[in-house]
Amino acid sequence: MSDGGGFARLPSAAPLRDRDVAEPMAILRERGQREVFCGLTGIVWLHRKIQDAFFLVVGSRTCAHLIQSAAGVMVFAEPRFATAIMEERDLAGLADANEELDRIVERLLARRPDIKLLFLVGSCPSEVIKLDLSRAAARLSARHSPGVRVLNYSGSGIETTFTQGEDACLASLVPEAPVSEEVAQDLLVVGALPDIVEDQFQRLFAKMGLERVSFFPPRRSGAIPAIGPNTRFLLAQPFLTDTARALEARGATRLSAQFPFGAEGAAHWFSAAAKAFGISQERFDEAIGPARARAERALAPLRAELQGKSIFFFPDSQLEPCLARFLSQELGMRPLEVGTPYLNQELLAPDLLALPKQTRLSEGQDVDRQLDRCRAQKPDLVVCGLGLANPLEREGMATKWSIELVFSPVHGFDCAADLANLFARPLRRRAGLKV
Amino acid sequence: MQLTVWTYEGPPHVGAMRIAAAMQGVHFVLHAPQGDTYADLLFTMIERRDVRPPVTYTTFQARDLGSDTAALFKTAVAEAYARFAPQCMIVGASCTAELIQDDPGGLAQALDLPIPVLPLDLPSYQKKENWGAAETFYQIVRALAKNPGRTKDASAPPLCNLLGPTALGFRHRDDLVEITRLLAELGVGVNVVAPFEATPDDIARLPDADFNVLMYPEIGDQAARWLEKTHGQPCIRTIPIGYAATRAFIAETAKLAGLDPTPLLTPNRSRLPWWSRSVDSNYLTGKRVFIFGDATHAIAVARVARDELGFEVVGLGCYNREFAREMRAAAASYGLEALITDDYLLVEDAIDRLQPELVLGTQMERHIAKRLGLPCAVISAPVHVQDFPARYAPVMGFEGANVLFDTLVHPLVMGLEEHLLAMFRDDFEFHDAAGPSHLHTAGSSAAKLASDRNRAGRSDSADTLYPDATHSDDVRLGEVRSDDARSGPSDSAHRPSAPPWSPEAQAELMKIPFFVRGKARRNTELFAAERGLPVIGVEALYDAKSHFSR
Repeated sequence: MSDGGGFARLPSAAPLRDRDVAEPMAILRERGQREVFCGLTGIVWLHRKIQDAFFLVVGSRTCAHLIQSAAGVMVFAEPRFATAIMEERDLAGLADANEELDRIVERLLARRPDIKLLFLVGSCPSEVIKLDLSRAAARLSARHSPGVRVLNYSGSGIETTFTQGEDACLASLVPEAPVSEEVAQDLLVVGALPDIVEDQFQRLFAKMGLERVSFFPPRRSGAIPAIGPNTRFLLAQPFLTDTARALEARGATRLSAQFPFGAEGAAHWFSAAAKAFGISQERFDEAIGPARARAERALAPLRAELQGKSIFFFPDSQLEPCLARFLSQELGMRPLEVGTPYLNQELLAPDLLALPKQTRLSEGQDVDRQLDRCRAQKPDLVVCGLGLANPLEREGMATKWSIELVFSPVHGFDCAADLANLFARPLRRRAGLKV
Repeated sequence: MQLTVWTYEGPPHVGAMRIAAAMQGVHFVLHAPQGDTYADLLFTMIERRDVRPPVTYTTFQARDLGSDTAALFKTAVAEAYARFAPQCMIVGASCTAELIQDDPGGLAQALDLPIPVLPLDLPSYQKKENWGAAETFYQIVRALAKNPGRTKDASAPPLCNLLGPTALGFRHRDDLVEITRLLAELGVGVNVVAPFEATPDDIARLPDADFNVLMYPEIGDQAARWLEKTHGQPCIRTIPIGYAATRAFIAETAKLAGLDPTPLLTPNRSRLPWWSRSVDSNYLTGKRVFIFGDATHAIAVARVARDELGFEVVGLGCYNREFAREMRAAAASYGLEALITDDYLLVEDAIDRLQPELVLGTQMERHIAKRLGLPCAVISAPVHVQDFPARYAPVMGFEGANVLFDTLVHPLVMGLEEHLLAMFRDDFEFHDAAGPSHLHTAGSSAAKLASDRNRAGRSDSADTLYPDATHSDDVRLGEVRSDDARSGPSDSAHRPSAPPWSPEAQAELMKIPFFVRGKARRNTELFAAERGLPVIGVEALYDAKSHFSR
C-alpha cells in the first residue's frame, strides 16, 4: 500500500522558500493504513461549544459505536448528538431514506425544543449511497423555519480525518453569517476553543485596545458574527483550511501567524493582530507583558525537564507541526518525526519555519512503516492515538495520548504550562514508578 | 432508520475483531475506511491489551472509490500476510465497504496464499456485534476443524473443549480459570479453549475432545451445534453462574464423563448459602430487582437473585434478540413479560416505572440507575474498563457465586444499618440532609462532597469491585432526589396530572427511607391523580400506602 509514497521536495515557490536553512524541508508522503479517527469525532467537542446545536449523524451502527467510544461518559447525559442508523430498507430506496430522515428529525425536534440549529452530518455510508444531505437540509430548514435552521456537512472518514470534521462544520456555518457592511475593522478568532480560553483571549485583546473581537463558532447559533471585507481573522486552530477559504470568499482577510501554543506562539499570534490593527509596540508589550512573563515563568521548570528529550508524533489532529514548534523552540525538545494527516503549508508556514531543519515531516500514514521508524529511532516520548499507546508502552516507549491535546484547554499564555505538562507527565510518571 | 445515542452492541465486524483478537496466529483484513480504526482502542484501552489487535484496515478514501478499491484490498492482504505471517486469515468488509461490493473473499482467494483465508459475510445493516462474533467463530471452526478427532486411549481421562471465552467478554478471563479448576478437580481435562488464546492448530484439534462445554452461548452456540452435528460431540449447556447452577453443571458434566461428582458437591464449597441464610441477610427478602443484560447473564443472575438471595425479580430482559426465545421463557417463570430491546430509552422507562430497589445491568443501566437514584451493579457486557479488575473476580463456579453475593448485596444498605436508619431517621444528626459527622460539614456541602466523591471515581471506597458499590451510601449522605428536578421525555409521561404536595405531606415523604421514597411518591401521585385530589396531604400518603400494600 505504498503507492504514492516516498520523499517529495517542496517546490521552490512554496511558502518555505524563505527558510534560513540551505535545504528545503523534506516531506515524507505516505499512503497506507491510517490509524486515525474520522471527522465525526469532532461532534464530541463541537456540541459543547455551540450550546443550542444538535448534531445528527446519518450513518451506520459503526458511526454510533465510534461516537460513543470517543465520547465516553458524555453519552450518558442527554447529549445533543445522535445517530440515525441506516438499515437494510433505507439502502433499498433513497426516497424512503429521505422520508425516514424527515420522520426522525420531526421526532427529535419535538422532543428537544431547545434546539435552534441542527446539523445533518454525513458519514461514509451516506456518502457512498449518495444520500443528498444538502437537499435534505434545505427541505427540513424550510419546514422547520424560523425556529430551527438545518445545515449539513460531511464528517465521513472517506473525506475527513478527525479535526477536519470541525473544519467542515465551520465551513458550513460561514454562509449563515450575516454580511457585514461595516467599514470599521473587526477581528474574528476562528476555531472552537474552550470558553475559558476565549475569555482569556478576549481580555488580552481588550487590553491591547481591540474591542471589536468576536469568536467563530459562537456559543449560541443566533449570535453568528457578521462577516465581510472589514473582517480580519486569526485562525486559532491549524486544521481550518476550508473554513479559511470560505471566509476569504466572503472578503475576509486572514492574518498569518504562528498558532497560539506556548508563550512565544501566543505572543506571535497576538502580535499579528496588533500589527494589523495598528497597535503600537509599546501598548502591545504592556498588554501581553504580564501574561507572557507568567507563561515563561511557568514554562521554565518544564524546560529543565524536557530539554533534549526526543519526540515522535503519529498523525492525528494536524496540531502536530505547531506542537512540535512549541516543544522544540520553547522547551528544547528534539522532534524526530512530525506526522500529520494533512499538511497545509500555507497556514502553517510560520510554525514550519521555526522547526529544527532535521525534523522529518510526514503527511498521510502507513502505520506499520511508521511504527518501524518509531521503533528504530527509540524516541523518549511518542505522541499517538489510543489504539497505539498501550502496545508502545509495552514495548518500552513513553507515550502521550494525542486526543487529550484536542480535548484540553491548551491555547494561549495561561495554558502554556498545562500544555507542556501534558508532555512532561508521562515521563515524570515513568521516572516515579517503582513497579 | 433508527435514532440512537448509544448502542449495546457494535457492528458485526467488531464481533469478528473480538474473535481475531482473542486468538493467536489469526489476522483479520477488514475493508473499511479510516474512521473504523477506532475499534482498536476498545481492545487496547478497555481491556488494556498490550498489543494491537491483529487487524489491517484498508482505509480507502473518497478518491479511491473512483479508481480501484479492489486493488487496494488485495495489496493490504498481501502486505499483511508478508508482515504478520499468520497461520490463518479472515477477510471481510465493514458497513461502508459492504456498499461498494468489492468481494473481499474472492479477492483474497485470488492471491492464492499458502494459508487458509476465510471470507466473512457480515451484513452490517441487519446484524450486530454478538452475531458477528458467533458467525466468525463458527466459520473458523467449520473451516479448520474438518477432520475427525483422534481415537483416545480408553484409560485416558475425559477431555472437553471450553467454547465461547473471547476478547472484551464480561469476566471471561476469570471464569475460564474457575471452570478449568472445577473440571480438573472433577477429573476432566481441557483439550482446547476457544477462541480465547487458541491457534488455528488448536481449532483443528477441537474434534479430539469427548464433549464441549458451552460457556457463552452468545459467542459459541453456532460452533457448538456444528461440532455436535459433525463430530458427534455432546455439549454441556448449563451455565455455571450461581451456587445451584454450578452444582447442576458439575452433576451434568460428571454424568456425561462417567465420573463421580460427590467430592465437588459437598456443602461449604461456596460461602453464598450461609451468607444468604445468616440473619443479617433477612433484610434482602423480597427486595425488588430489575435485571437487564445479555440473555445468558441476565437469565442466570435472575435465578441467583430469586433462589439464592431471596429477591423478587420485577423486571427481566436482554438486548440480544438472538436469544429472545430463551429470555421469554425465563421471564415467564417469574410471571413477567421479557423486555427485549436494544433501545436503552425503553429500558430506562421500564426501570422508572417499576422503581426497583436494585438494578442489575450493563454500564448503561448503571448510568440510568444513577440518574434515578437507585442502587445498581453491573452483571453483563458491553464491557467497561472497570469490568476488567486487576484481581480475580469470576462470576462462574463457586468463587463466582461468592463474587455474585457481594456484587448483588453491597449496593444495598446493610441489614442492621437499615434498621438503624429507620429508627433514627428523624434524629437531628441522622436525617437526610445531615452530612456524616466526621466530615464536619453542613448538610448541603456533605451532599456535594458525596457527589464529588461519586464523580471522582469512588477510588476512596474500600470496595470498588462494582462501580456503584458505594452508591447507596452516597444517597444516604444527603442526596435528596427530586423527581421533579429531573428533565427528560420519559418523566412527565407517567404522571401528567399529579396534584401538588402539601408541605406537611412533603415533610412526611422525606421521613420515608430514600430507597422506597421514589416508589412512595409515585404511588401516592398515581393514587391522588386517579381520585382527582386537588392536593396531596398526609392522609393521601397513607391512604395510598394502604391501597398499594393490598
